[in-house]
Amino acid sequence: MKQALDFEKPVIDLRSKIDELKKLTKDSDIDLTSEITTLETRLEKLEKDIYGNLNPWDRVQIARHSDRPTTLDYIELLFTDFIEFYGDRLFGDDEAIVSGIAKYKGNPVTIVGHQRGKNTKDNITRNFGMPHPEGYRKALRHMKQANKFNRPIISFIDTKGAYPGKAAEERGQSEAIARNLIEMAGFKVPIVCIVIGEGGSGGALALGVGDHIHMLENSTYSVISPEGAAALLWKDSTKAKQAAESLKISSYDLKQLNVIDEIIPEPRGGAHRDVKLQASYIDQVLSDSLATLKQLNQEELLEQRWEKYKSMGEYIEIDANEE
Amino acid sequence: MLKDFFSKKKKYASIPSEKAKQDIPEGLMQKCEGCQKIYYRKEMNKNLQVCPNCDHHHQFSAEERITSLFDEGSFSEWDKDIISANPLGFPDYEDKLEKDRKKTNLNDAVVTGKGTINGFEVAVAIMDARFRMGSMGSVVGEKITRAIENARTASIPFIIFTASGGARMQEGVLSLMQMSKTSVAIDRFQSSGGLMISIMTNPTTGGVSASFASVGDYNFAEPGALIGFAGRRIIEQTIREKLPEDFQTAEFQLKHGQLDKVIPRHQMKETLTTILDIHSSRGKDN
Ligand SMILES: [Zn+2]
Repeated sequence: MKQALDFEKPVIDLRSKIDELKKLTKDSDIDLTSEITTLETRLEKLEKDIYGNLNPWDRVQIARHSDRPTTLDYIELLFTDFIEFYGDRLFGDDEAIVSGIAKYKGNPVTIVGHQRGKNTKDNITRNFGMPHPEGYRKALRHMKQANKFNRPIISFIDTKGAYPGKAAEERGQSEAIARNLIEMAGFKVPIVCIVIGEGGSGGALALGVGDHIHMLENSTYSVISPEGAAALLWKDSTKAKQAAESLKISSYDLKQLNVIDEIIPEPRGGAHRDVKLQASYIDQVLSDSLATLKQLNQEELLEQRWEKYKSMGEYIEIDANEE
Repeated sequence: MLKDFFSKKKKYASIPSEKAKQDIPEGLMQKCEGCQKIYYRKEMNKNLQVCPNCDHHHQFSAEERITSLFDEGSFSEWDKDIISANPLGFPDYEDKLEKDRKKTNLNDAVVTGKGTINGFEVAVAIMDARFRMGSMGSVVGEKITRAIENARTASIPFIIFTASGGARMQEGVLSLMQMSKTSVAIDRFQSSGGLMISIMTNPTTGGVSASFASVGDYNFAEPGALIGFAGRRIIEQTIREKLPEDFQTAEFQLKHGQLDKVIPRHQMKETLTTILDIHSSRGKDN
């Protein structure tokens, strides 16, 4: 059983009750089949109600679920011949980011992505998926190679943010992020970015400038964590739920704000309920993206990227001559 | 050991009493934020808001920056009339904007335009930290993007003075996307051979330091400016360690190889002129 989240407790409770009755029917002479059928109908309805009406804070919980599949899970299911490469050639290797080459449906690609840990020990090695400058510079080194050898870049975004540490600042966290943004802006190969968990601020964006940006249904993408926003706005981090709503961080919000291209559906209850099914959903969107982008020549690709980003943001231009 | 503790404690600067603060007449006098000395406001204004005693660089408005930098009458402003649309319908945001518009007489946290510096024509973006802490939302991103495009089409250098706490929270992910939007514009500009000079002033942090502020062909800063990605308090909470006093200052960044040079405000025009001159001579026949 996967770890249950607060909002799905009623589903879990009902499901275990059904299991209990089933066991009872099997182990004794009492026939409870009709009760079980009734409860199963109710469960189906309850699941639809709960999972069909997730609020932003519920989605934050799913996006942060400890069993949520990571970059390496998807790499294994979607690509062949993946080889991971290490190091930024300047300071060290940062395991909060994985990077390497592989084949996607027989064609060479470069893959970069944030990497969370699977358990506490793993998370310490991976620094909870929060990169230092060397992580971004490693990814950049590989993306530059992709550009040189004309391979599409596929990026998986999954981080709470760039690591806020002393050493990270000393080694130029700002510059590392800024450099990635500007370099990704200019690569002459297709870049497809997929937010698979949390898209936390600049640390997420540093792998996130691309031609197509997709989000898994329950993932989030935000300028600041809901807790951080609540602390700043209301001096109360427990109002994170409220902040999650105001900040508009769900895939549906980002689609509406014209920031992302596609929402990739998730299995009922979240990606962790069926990783293979989730990978197949990603596969469909990714292959469509690459097929579309492959048709553009380099000039068209850059022009389209510029048009995409130029239109981001909403403002009002007042006519000074009116009045 | 105990003695050390006491002698250290004495080094803490004394906080001026409430009474001392009240003794300064509003408007006429100004207390230096560096050395606490009291000056005539006029005197400080004339000295580009730099303390004559301790060299502390005080907040400088976009207007003051323009006056101090551009040849008289040469500056013309672009896109003055773009205002925020409150795209997320964020609670209380419009009131805050209105308050800052009244306070600063600006429509948002950046002024863009073109002018000449000792005869050299440049496009410029000057952030003003008095407006929403100089934070970047859709308006700031759009105005900077347009200024860079204007510089590209006119083939003139682009100079940006940053002063910003980072991305503007009230515009959510759209603020974050202004980092990529300006980056794409800068890439177009720089790939076409354009010269970009970034001057980080106090403060340049978060999403602004992690985007255009850090990717100039030259990255400069004013003395003492706070420059960094994450906030001091968040870092201290994360690493459970007290940070050194000079952490994230311009001088700290220079020492760590993150800046080309720290330039005092009084030398800004002269230094920029020299750089513009060297760049404009590029490719000419000897
Ligand atoms: Zn002073």
